[in-house]
Amino acid sequence: MVLSEQDRELIAAIQGGLPLVARPYAAIAARLGLHEDEVIVRLAALQQAGMIKRMGVVVKHRALGYNANAMVVWDIPDAEVAHIGALLAGETCITLCYQRPRRLPEWRYNLFCMIHGRERDSVLRRLEQIVALHGLEKFPHTVLFSGRSFKQRGAHYVETGKLTGSLHGSPSRKKAHG
Amino acid sequence: MDSIDASIVNRLQEGLPVCARPFDEVAATLDLSLDELLSRLQRLLDDRVLSRFGPMFNAEKMGGALSLCAMQVPVERFDIVAAQVNAFPEVAHNYERDHLLNMWFVIATERPEQALAVIRDIEQLSGCRVYDMPKQEEFYIGLKLAV
Repeated sequence: MVLSEQDRELIAAIQGGLPLVARPYAAIAARLGLHEDEVIVRLAALQQAGMIKRMGVVVKHRALGYNANAMVVWDIPDAEVAHIGALLAGETCITLCYQRPRRLPEWRYNLFCMIHGRERDSVLRRLEQIVALHGLEKFPHTVLFSGRSFKQRGAHYVETGKLTGSLHGSPSRKKAHG
Repeated sequence: MDSIDASIVNRLQEGLPVCARPFDEVAATLDLSLDELLSRLQRLLDDRVLSRFGPMFNAEKMGGALSLCAMQVPVERFDIVAAQVNAFPEVAHNYERDHLLNMWFVIATERPEQALAVIRDIEQLSGCRVYDMPKQEEFYIGLKLAV
């Protein structure tokens, strides 16, 4: 599926967030000079094509008290990474799980997952349980807790134009410790 | 944030239907009025509990690029380099982490070649090498963060 100019305008209009009104797609349609139905059909097609995963919320983990944000990285033989990745992704406390390239010699790890918890000790205990449960002791792994968070915003996918100019804003410089 | 807010956040992590009156359906499943749901959502956004409410894009499927990058930044220059990195609109978020590679950020661009240009610019400005680690495989996460 290739994005049309109209798709790009539609994406630009919604990438900063949906209007919080009873009929949000009608509000977007009015802004773009389209009909509500056209917007809904097009968004459903973008979702069907997998370009939009879902309409949802981006939660600020720290605002919810999830202050221990651990990136756990593993060095898993390539032949086993799909299996181990699926196991880890199935754990309820793991919120993201990706295979990424190693950058040898400085970086040996090829499987990345995120565990969010209210404090570091509980995150480490959960990790120990997961390692024991799945017999992962033999795979080198390490935990990178986050320190300061400098910038947190949703990614923007369509370049700034007249429709999106106000959405970028200036980068936030929060310096919360966690 | 009370238990109703928590139920709203949990419900919306599953996604909002794409239909004419999507909030009515969610309000009904949570036993709330439409007005209460919308005003609570607005407050969660104002309080910055939610950073955004809307479409979750798949950057790669849209022809764009999304990459996790890491740098080893000398501690005494950390704040300067952080400011340099954050000034790029393509940088979506940036965390300090306790490792030799101590700065971790995400670059999101509309086209893959733009990501390479941003990485080159960051390396030139900061004098630090950028380790670029785009995802090769995403493993499906069933349950979302329960609050």
